[in-house]
Amino acid sequence: MGFLNNLINGISLGSIYAVIALGYTLVYGIAKMLNFAHGDVIMVGGYVIFYSMTSFSINPYLSVLIAVIVCTVLGIVIEKIAYKPLRQATSLSVLITAIGVSYFLQNSALLLFGEKPVNFTSVVNVPSISLFDGQVVITGEAIVAIVVSILIVIGLSLFINKTKSGRAMLAVSEDKDAAQLMGININRTISLTFAIGSGLAAIAGALLCSAYPTLQNTTGAMPGIKAFVAAVFGGIGSVPGAMIGGILIGVIEILGRAYISPQLSDAIVFAVLILVLIIKPTGILGKKVREKV
Amino acid sequence: MKNFKRVLAMATAATMAVTAFAGCSSNNATSGEVGGSTSVAEGEKTIVIGGSGPLTGDAAQYGVGVKNAIQLAVDEVNAAGGVNGNKLKLVFEDDEADSGDKAVNAYNTLKDQGMQILLGTVTTGSCLAVVDKSKQDNIFQFTPSASAQDVIANDNCFQICFTDPNQGKASADYIADNKVATKIGVIYDSSDAYSSGIYNAFKTEAAAKGLELVSEQSFTKDSKTDFSAQIADCKNKGAELVFLPIYYQQASLILTQSKNAGFAPKFFGCDGLDGLTSIKNFDTSLAEGVMLLTPFAADSKDQATQDFVKAYKAAYNDETPNQFAADAYDGVKILAKLIESQNITGDMSASDICEKLKTGITAADFSYDGLTGTGMKWNANGEVSKSPKAVVIKDGNYAALDN
Amino acid sequence: MNNKTALAKTKMLKPQTKKSFTTYIMVTVVFVIMMILSSTGNVSSQIDGLLVPLCVYSILAVSLNLTVGILGELSLGQAGFMCVGAYASALFSIATKETILVEWVRFPLAILVGGIFAAIFGILIGIPVLRLNGDYLAIVTLAFGEIIKNVFAALYVGIDSKGLHIALNQADMNLEADGTEIIRGALGVKGVPNDSSFVVGFILLLITLIISYNYINSRTGRAVKAIRDNSIATESVGLNITKYKLITFALTAFLAGIAGALYSHNYSTLQASKFDYNLSILILVFVVLGGIGNIRGSVIAAIILTLIPELLRSINSYRMLIYSIVLIVMMILTSNEKARTFIVTNFGKLKGMVLKIFKRKDTAEKEVK
Repeated sequence: MGFLNNLINGISLGSIYAVIALGYTLVYGIAKMLNFAHGDVIMVGGYVIFYSMTSFSINPYLSVLIAVIVCTVLGIVIEKIAYKPLRQATSLSVLITAIGVSYFLQNSALLLFGEKPVNFTSVVNVPSISLFDGQVVITGEAIVAIVVSILIVIGLSLFINKTKSGRAMLAVSEDKDAAQLMGININRTISLTFAIGSGLAAIAGALLCSAYPTLQNTTGAMPGIKAFVAAVFGGIGSVPGAMIGGILIGVIEILGRAYISPQLSDAIVFAVLILVLIIKPTGILGKKVREKV
Repeated sequence: MKNFKRVLAMATAATMAVTAFAGCSSNNATSGEVGGSTSVAEGEKTIVIGGSGPLTGDAAQYGVGVKNAIQLAVDEVNAAGGVNGNKLKLVFEDDEADSGDKAVNAYNTLKDQGMQILLGTVTTGSCLAVVDKSKQDNIFQFTPSASAQDVIANDNCFQICFTDPNQGKASADYIADNKVATKIGVIYDSSDAYSSGIYNAFKTEAAAKGLELVSEQSFTKDSKTDFSAQIADCKNKGAELVFLPIYYQQASLILTQSKNAGFAPKFFGCDGLDGLTSIKNFDTSLAEGVMLLTPFAADSKDQATQDFVKAYKAAYNDETPNQFAADAYDGVKILAKLIESQNITGDMSASDICEKLKTGITAADFSYDGLTGTGMKWNANGEVSKSPKAVVIKDGNYAALDN
Repeated sequence: MNNKTALAKTKMLKPQTKKSFTTYIMVTVVFVIMMILSSTGNVSSQIDGLLVPLCVYSILAVSLNLTVGILGELSLGQAGFMCVGAYASALFSIATKETILVEWVRFPLAILVGGIFAAIFGILIGIPVLRLNGDYLAIVTLAFGEIIKNVFAALYVGIDSKGLHIALNQADMNLEADGTEIIRGALGVKGVPNDSSFVVGFILLLITLIISYNYINSRTGRAVKAIRDNSIATESVGLNITKYKLITFALTAFLAGIAGALYSHNYSTLQASKFDYNLSILILVFVVLGGIGNIRGSVIAAIILTLIPELLRSINSYRMLIYSIVLIVMMILTSNEKARTFIVTNFGKLKGMVLKIFKRKDTAEKEVK
């Protein structure tokens, strides 16, 4: 029973990582950059929901919607101001700018929202499920996290494969120059990707803070890094890969903590990551890019 | 062109040197000789108190509270006419809770600003990085909240808070003596010196007192949100009481997640748990029945505490001060009392002040009644003797736990 | 002045040699100026305390530039190597504190030990992971750095009459009464002798620069650059790619280990939490902002970016915010074509200066071609 509990907790944590990882993967796929500020957009989303709910007493679902809108706009603005001028620069330059943006968001939040952590009220009101006479408990937050992440992956896959804008994204990720020649507006596609990624970050913020109800200016940093690891684990650029990577990281983390050593649970996650990448250098679902001379 | 480039290279080097200069020239005005001896006295005599703690980053919540409380106390002392005709002045630097260069940089900057007494640092790691520096400069160091034993290894450093081992020992004693529980689970932060320090002492004392540690679980700085595995382990091993030698932010998560997991043991914590009930928007019913040993309780009925909390809230956005802030506030008041009794003036060198303060604080007849304890006395080791109050959270407030 | 004659000499030398000599002279000049200022008491405690860390960060940036700039692979594990070097050298110094009493014998040995241990780790980690590239290599090195940090932060090591005890918490060490704890988990290592000084830091930085420049222009270095520009073509002419990659990676690790040794001997405490991914990223920022592949740029960027948050201390709570804005603006100014042209055309007098800074990247590239 203990194992089942841990497994469920791992899947639930992993689902949250998966939603964050999707943001990384989408942006990476299109812009070929590691958006280090992604984790901090999650924190912004969390604060927006927190203040809508506490200061303005807005309904939780509406609050999430507001957060999605705010984060989407934030994502587009960040992209316009910080990343767009660097379109022609190396991906490393953009990485550094992203780090700058990450510091900026964290420190603005510190000044705006204060240094003290606040307690987040869960936006979920799904009841917990208790199985085997209460030996296995699945919280409402876990159920919602799992369901939402699955829905997002399905929705995103459909969007990318079935809609015109989605296919434009695919084309840009495949070959920017060729896509431009085919009449795709590169700038708009990249902006759209950032918008979607940041909107997802707001949802991730809602899930993360509901399951682990504490919020401060650095809340997004560590989950961001772990989700980034998850995205690479699953094969960066791949939507189902992010899902698989996220869940695996979550499960390994929790099981490692429960059965091997809590102090080394992160070390275990990273060790597994290294092993997987040595065996499969582009992640679990990553595409193998053939090098040409 | 080649020549031009070379000239530019030299120019760049010169720019670098100028940048470095800019740093010192702006500070030179107040910097003194080695040891931070003073040149601040302008008209009125001023004693410069340096403070150091994290104002940015993950641990900012602890540093900001301390900074605010010191400022509050300094303002109060000055409003009352200062001490011996001296005004106090606070200079506070951000050490980012770093255990190396940034902590030392903060310390050096304080020295440049003419610091004569160091009331810091807030976190243990930073404190360990500067204790040898303050010893070298012979600056009196009085830390509000760095609680590791190593901090006070040098004779110029004194603590306002309890030492970690003392807290661990006191907790185990309290649990055993009052027969609160016999099967104990522990969840501690192995990446944190404070938390693992208490845990180690608790473990030793628990064994001596016949308490059974059924589950010893830890977490790290990098994974401090999900405690499901640790809670499950405590639950499965049948822990009647879970000891939480950690800070309140993680404790609030553990309480929430325990409730979700249908696990309701007794919870017992140390001074780090103080602040739990004042987390904005926290459902205090979760903390109902949590016991903690703390030197300070913000809703205590005594007049001094109430005045402090009221003044703090008025000055800082209605925030409730925690025990870090209370320790720091006491620190300033203790220093003021010592400055008075030892006839310290602003024109003395930091080293002379240090010697006088050392004599004063360890004097047999010196004791101080503050927010965080009555009859606080110090021995030459730098340890404070005060007894923690055992409190239990009841209806969202602290209530004394009587033996 | 001596510098002038040295400069005159460089005229007859090859361009790359000249470039390296200019850097050596620059560093030396700054060193001499700072030493004079320092000995005459004209330097504030703050700047005085920053001198060693500036050397540490410069060494770290230069050494990372070998992997990022010359080999062209992204590594986010620099803090991990530094951590290994710091711990190894600190333990060596503590162990030999009683036996080797002469500081100038013990400290160089400790530095060497730090560098060698870091290099061993570099090779061990390099063998399996160097067949990855791009962001996958980056993430693996980041993972490696985090593992190192986590393991050191959890480790308790003690020694007593029965020998060495290693455990994951204090009680499990079961030390005898005569035992001493060497590594104490999160509390780290204490009692590392304070052997570091600006002079040692300067010498190490100079050695790092000499090694780096000579490496880049050596036969091996040219092979490495060929691998960066076209690995398949390089392989086809019979060069062993893995070998060259590994050498560069190990050299980077070795120098990072040296920097770690310098760092750990400068403070009274050593805690693993310092060596997290943020530190690795910070060093990468130095490298990118200083110009990828540009050794001198790394040193300048490391110095400037370390000084900025320190000099901004007077605005306290805003300083990290300002720092982040400076970072973004600098990056856009140095990497955006339009911004460069704008500056160059509008500030005629500053033109040369600006060109110098902004062209760094281009010259670095040209150098290769």
